[in-house]
Amino acid sequence: MPLLAITVLGHDRPGIIAETTGVLAAVGLNIEDSTMTLLRGHFAMMLITDGDADAATVEEALGGLTADGSLSASVRVVPAEQVVSRGSAYLLSVHGGDRPGIVSAVVAEVAKVGGNITDLTTRLAGDLYVLIAEVDLPASADPATLQTALGAAAATVGVDVTLRVLESDDL
Amino acid sequence: MIVGKVLEVVRAPAQVLSKPGAVVDPTDPEIVQLAADLVATMRVSPGCVGLAAPQVGVSVKVFCVDVSEHPKARTKHGTFVLCNAEVVSASRNEKAREGCMSVPDLTGDVKRASRLVVRGQEPGTGAEVVIETDAFEARALQHEIDHCDGLLFLDRVADAHALHARKTYL
Ligand SMILES: [Zn+2]
Repeated sequence: MPLLAITVLGHDRPGIIAETTGVLAAVGLNIEDSTMTLLRGHFAMMLITDGDADAATVEEALGGLTADGSLSASVRVVPAEQVVSRGSAYLLSVHGGDRPGIVSAVVAEVAKVGGNITDLTTRLAGDLYVLIAEVDLPASADPATLQTALGAAAATVGVDVTLRVLESDDL
Repeated sequence: MIVGKVLEVVRAPAQVLSKPGAVVDPTDPEIVQLAADLVATMRVSPGCVGLAAPQVGVSVKVFCVDVSEHPKARTKHGTFVLCNAEVVSASRNEKAREGCMSVPDLTGDVKRASRLVVRGQEPGTGAEVVIETDAFEARALQHEIDHCDGLLFLDRVADAHALHARKTYL
């Protein structure tokens, strides 16, 4: 059977994950990768599942969860993908006063040099805006040049930016 | 002269990786052989800076370490093997991303002490050894002592978003 991409979004309360995964187990789906967080207090979960149930069946099975309108769920078929490195990994940190356009201004510079963002979190805390991203840079991109370009882009929206090598050590 | 054999490295979810290893008699010839085998296996594994007995399927408290070639190492004690090692003191936690030969497809951000004193016994003589170290050697020692206690870095990941898929290099 094909993989399914399932998203559950909405009002947070205890038990959503237990109910969701209970439904998925009952229809015979195995959870492969999943991630869940609270976005501004909203429950946000995404899963990739494998198993013998089609998208329509799963969406219907999740009906109990979405019936009162506090949560929405979507299910769709996705192809298998590989986690592929497209170069060396860097961690991009941005922080500064909140204003429109920070994310787009900064990530545009990453895209220009062919950088691929593999993980991203942004948080707004009071007036402070923070972005943390993991970026794969291709061999053709010069990190020092990108750092300069990022600095210039960041200055136009009044934030600070740093780019540092992200290493992992095998033990 | 004892010649180490290269052993197969087991991968999670092998049960042996998740149970505490037994305390050993460091003068036992079998333990001396195991120590040599661990070092031999570490040597042939690219980038490997430490290996614990549970990783070769033997549930005992023995590991080897060698961080001599690692750029993040400061204090270095070369290649050594410790039996029944325990942490005496640990301070100055630092977070870093680590991987493990027994968990080849994942990495995780783990806080570990960067100043460390470890006590253990030398295989063969059974002599008590105290290792005082820092930086990367300290991290490696804590990772290997964890293996001997049936813990993986997965048990110490800093938060729910600190676990990462290792990418396939094209
Ligand atoms: Zn390990």
